[in-house]
Amino acid sequence: MKFWTLLRANLGRHKRRTLLTVTSVALALFLFASLRTVITTLRAASEFGSARRLVSTNASGLIFPLPVAYANRLQAVPGVEKVTWANWFGGQYGDGKRFFANFAVDARTYLDLYPEMSVPADQREAFLQDRSGALIGSRLIDLFGWKVGQNVTLRGTIFPGDWTFTIRGVYTPTDPVINDDAMMFHWEYLDERTGRGGLAGWYIMQIDRPENGPQIAKAIDDLFRNSSAPTKTGTEQAFNASFATMWGNVGLLMNTIGMAVVFAILLVAANAMMMSARERTRELAVLKTIGFSDRRLFGLVMLEAGIITISGAVIGLGAAKILYRATNFNAAGFLPGFDVTVPTLGLGGAIALLLMLASGIVPALRAARLPVVAALRNVE
Amino acid sequence: MALVEIRNVHKSFRRDAERIDVFSGLSMDIEQGSFTALMGPSGSGKSTLLNLIAGLDQPTSGTVRVGGAEVSAMTPAQLAEWRSRNVGFVFQQFNLLPVLTAFQNVELPLLLTRLSKKERDERVRIALGVVGLDDRLQHYPRQLSGGQEQRVAIARAIVADPTLVLLDEPTGQLDARSSQEVLSLLGRLNDEFNKTIIIVTHDPHAAERAKRQLHLDKGTFVEQARTAGTAAGAVG
Ligand SMILES: Nc1ncnc2c1ncn2[C@@H]1O[C@H](COP(=O)(O)OP(=O)(O)OP(=O)(O)O)[C@@H](O)[C@H]1O
Ligand SMILES: [Mg+2]
Repeated sequence: MKFWTLLRANLGRHKRRTLLTVTSVALALFLFASLRTVITTLRAASEFGSARRLVSTNASGLIFPLPVAYANRLQAVPGVEKVTWANWFGGQYGDGKRFFANFAVDARTYLDLYPEMSVPADQREAFLQDRSGALIGSRLIDLFGWKVGQNVTLRGTIFPGDWTFTIRGVYTPTDPVINDDAMMFHWEYLDERTGRGGLAGWYIMQIDRPENGPQIAKAIDDLFRNSSAPTKTGTEQAFNASFATMWGNVGLLMNTIGMAVVFAILLVAANAMMMSARERTRELAVLKTIGFSDRRLFGLVMLEAGIITISGAVIGLGAAKILYRATNFNAAGFLPGFDVTVPTLGLGGAIALLLMLASGIVPALRAARLPVVAALRNVE
Repeated sequence: MALVEIRNVHKSFRRDAERIDVFSGLSMDIEQGSFTALMGPSGSGKSTLLNLIAGLDQPTSGTVRVGGAEVSAMTPAQLAEWRSRNVGFVFQQFNLLPVLTAFQNVELPLLLTRLSKKERDERVRIALGVVGLDDRLQHYPRQLSGGQEQRVAIARAIVADPTLVLLDEPTGQLDARSSQEVLSLLGRLNDEFNKTIIIVTHDPHAAERAKRQLHLDKGTFVEQARTAGTAAGAVG
């Protein structure tokens, strides 16, 4: 490309300004990619969930428990293959600054229902054998530098007291939207020590066929309708979505503010690009007298805007993609599987192209339409 | 044979309601291989005439032909193409792009041709050699004197080997010595390389270098015999 010398010279004219413009484009697109990934990650989490799993909670709300005696009756509902249950524990570790999810599960059936949690066979066995054993997410164990076999004490918030568990195994999610920094322990241990007399937080059922889901859910709710603790049953997806929506609203607000910031940065960048072309009226007129055509000058000015925006985009989007992956970022467990998706990169690229057009078209048209004689007269 | 033929050219500018008629029916010829000086008071239309010949501006009516091509009837795209091959233009100042070296500035017109990098290099070196600046290839305009800058601009004007070189007060900002250098360079271009040169100047001494002097006044030309010009200068 023989015009490269000319382009490079123009870009290097105000090195600091060019650098700042590229940086602000990069920053804007990094921010864009990050914010959009919050949304896509939450969406993926809400879409996660096997259609073959149903979740039953107390109809009055998630914080109200259900009798553990329901397990047998649920198992008897036609279409239900397996039943397990869990209970939110909400314990704090150390100073409690680093939050992580911890809950009590009916261990054997729970692992059975969640093949997406991969646990080495010997660790799985060790966990099942130890009533005060715990299963730790792969990220969590790295985070605190714990070892298998070590004791960990949580301070109960809902269930007061110090609770000591022995780490018996590590699970690794095979699906990225499953949280890899949670802790699970035996429901029996919780039940025994609190003497609550058999209460479960929620039930999870594996059903025979996804298409029977609504029908089975209705059968379950009908079964307990007139009991002291009626149930509300839906797909696991819907259950996850209700959490994600809660965060989603926060995410949406954050995104609205963030996108406004992105837009503002882009405006500043566009203005800088227009400014630098405006200063060159005389030079453009000289190029025209040499025989540079209107179309060629249009192309050259456009290309200059393109080089700035595209290199900004490559840096910003590339950094977002690589950085989050390299640091295994998951927002302290709130956004498991945080990774900039290909559509996000594509959208970022489209924004860069739009920016190139928006910031390039005005000076490029101006350059093309510049009347040589008038431009030459104005300077002299 | 006339290289430039101007026939019944009218040129007026409109400034709001006011109309300025610079030319009303101007006709003239410039011969191939000639060296012409255009003189005249400020505002008489010297720059306008050069612009019309170079196709940078269009006449209100009438025709401008250069080398048989009707410049006044070409589209902007055709003009750009034509200009890159046939005309070299030098202004009073700010001819060079400050971000490019002397070499790169001179190379600009060649970027519009199909010449290879090697051929371009060769031609740029020759052109800068002709103007005596082959030791300043990598210098930027700010590192050159005013006279050197004008010589680089002249090198750029001739690098694509056009027949016609137009200069609008090329020595206007130069001291006497630099002016002399530039003017003798133009004389050589005319003598040795047979370039047709039209120079606008206010300086009678500069005009003396030309083989023909035209005095432009109120839109018409008065041909001046060289001796008469000298005599007038001596009296003034
Ligand atoms: N683009 C324009 N718009 C309006 N008027 C113009 C324009 N160009 C030239 N003129 C007018 O046309 C007349 C001739 O201008 P021109 O620049 O050709 O004069 P000149 O002989 O080159 O003068 P100088 O010696 O000062 O350079 C002037 O009155 C000028 O004001
Ligand atoms: Mg003039």
